Amino acid sequence: MMRNRWTAAVVLAGCVLGISAAAWAQSRQMTIEGSTTVGPIADAFAEAFMKTHEDASITVKKTGSGDGAAALIDGRATVATMSRFMKDSEFAKAVENGVMPVAHVVGMDGVAVIVHPSNPISELTTEQLRQIYTGQVTNWSQLGGPNMPIVAISRDTSSGTYEVFHEKAVYKQNMAGSVEYVNSNPQAFARVKSTQGGIGYVGLGFVQAGIKAVRVNGVPANRATVASGRYPIARPLFLFTDGYPEPGSMLFDFMTFHLTERGQEIIDAKGFVPLTNY
Amino acid sequence: MPDNATQAVQPQRAATADFDRPLLLTPSQDLTGFISRLVGRVLLLTITSTTILAVLLIFVFIIQRAWPFVAAGGLAEMFGSRHWRPTAEAPQFGALTMLYGSALVTVGAMLFAVPIGLLAAVFLSDMVSFRIRQLIKPVIEILAAIPSVAYGFFAILVLAPWMQEHLNLSTGANALNASLMLGIMAIPTIISISEDSLFAAGRELREGGYALGSTRAEMLLRVVIPAAHSGILAAIILGIMRAVGETMLVWMASGNATQIPSPWWDLTASIRTLTASIAAEMTEAPEGGIHRQSLFTLGLILLGITFGLNLASEYFLSKAKRALHGGKP
Repeated sequence: MMRNRWTAAVVLAGCVLGISAAAWAQSRQMTIEGSTTVGPIADAFAEAFMKTHEDASITVKKTGSGDGAAALIDGRATVATMSRFMKDSEFAKAVENGVMPVAHVVGMDGVAVIVHPSNPISELTTEQLRQIYTGQVTNWSQLGGPNMPIVAISRDTSSGTYEVFHEKAVYKQNMAGSVEYVNSNPQAFARVKSTQGGIGYVGLGFVQAGIKAVRVNGVPANRATVASGRYPIARPLFLFTDGYPEPGSMLFDFMTFHLTERGQEIIDAKGFVPLTNY
Repeated sequence: MPDNATQAVQPQRAATADFDRPLLLTPSQDLTGFISRLVGRVLLLTITSTTILAVLLIFVFIIQRAWPFVAAGGLAEMFGSRHWRPTAEAPQFGALTMLYGSALVTVGAMLFAVPIGLLAAVFLSDMVSFRIRQLIKPVIEILAAIPSVAYGFFAILVLAPWMQEHLNLSTGANALNASLMLGIMAIPTIISISEDSLFAAGRELREGGYALGSTRAEMLLRVVIPAAHSGILAAIILGIMRAVGETMLVWMASGNATQIPSPWWDLTASIRTLTASIAAEMTEAPEGGIHRQSLFTLGLILLGITFGLNLASEYFLSKAKRALHGGKP
């Protein structure tokens, strides 16, 4: 008897939980998928958002911009995070599937070029950066600096920072074989800090004392120049939704979160540049 | 005579007891006993075979993932080109620089780990008192227990700046740095296995050497080390395997530049290894794409190398065992 009662209770509880979970999931579940660069922003947004919207359940997957676009097109994701704009082919496929991608720019990803503080060079052009990273220029004396071999340091090719730099400063050309690779912003920073002839690049949020960030094409790397689009090595970060979210819906709240002060603080804290001066 | 009497009685009693025992078990008890023994054996066999199964699965998995690349003739490019540009518009998959990088740091590591490891092993097995040996051995084994990422931090934050400052190198993240650290990581393996085989060469051999009038040095060089050479070779091969397979440390310490240094023996140039490439690029390579397949092919090459080395070390170890158990000298 006792045992039967327990079984019944458990089954009943299970049913109640199951039904309520299903109903709740339907209205309050969001899946965010895409870029590994935008992923940390989405993660932090989701965490902060779920504190104010206690019934929200947000899953964030970070597999790559292409995967995000595919997931939005297939209806598997509510929001696609992308570090590039959608390709023509992706857009066409989305429309074919009845999905209308709408882009929301949440912030900018700026990349600062850094050298050792003892290096007298304080300004480089993107053309000079291209020459350094493709191996055409190998000594600082060729750029008007001291006679010292250049140690070019790059982030690993899987990072978003590499993507920006490779596209905007190296013009997607092949990097020289002598370029060294490190696997994080702090490591790139540490290597340049301890290497006299070193040059590297890090996300804007990682520029600290101990290295020198050079001006690129005459523009210093800071939040103002990146947000205004004057600094050349930068790109916008996107969230894509299917159509513009219904005002008043949870998705609307989420998609406008980056405009709130808290949202902008998060973007800043993750090393990216918010669009406005909050 | 009483002795005889007891002896005569005893077998009979024993026989009776033996004859009684099966009768104490009912058929069902007998069956249960048989089945539980069988189940126990099968269970243990299954548990043991999971290891073998895991190895087989890894082989199958990697071959399966690498196959499209290999089938499309990718190996020719891999072994024939120096250009590794897997994410370029027209991707290139030449792995020569990485094969060379792996070889260079391994040879570099062995150049300094083998003499140190071997001398330390000889010292521990033949020269030092037992008490000190008991003190030193655990300390050496601690070296093997330090995680490789900790070595990596040391390499990049301490050794690299030091080399730049004192050896006047333009970059401290280079083959020399990786070699030194790999050498330190391989030393415990080399010491512990070659010390075992030196120790196992036995007292008779040593005393025989002394009896023929040799000094300790002569006895060690002419008798003990030759007798233990198979075990020493196995130790060196295991050390090489440690160096070839290490990933985190080389990814942090070697600089990861995809180039073959010029001149070719230049240890102060930055290089990249097979393992570092796989670790660095696997996360970005899209599922089902040629880049991912090429990385699995690199893994397959690596697996082939370590498998060959493992077979070699097994061969030498079994030869060492046979020699020490009175087989062929």
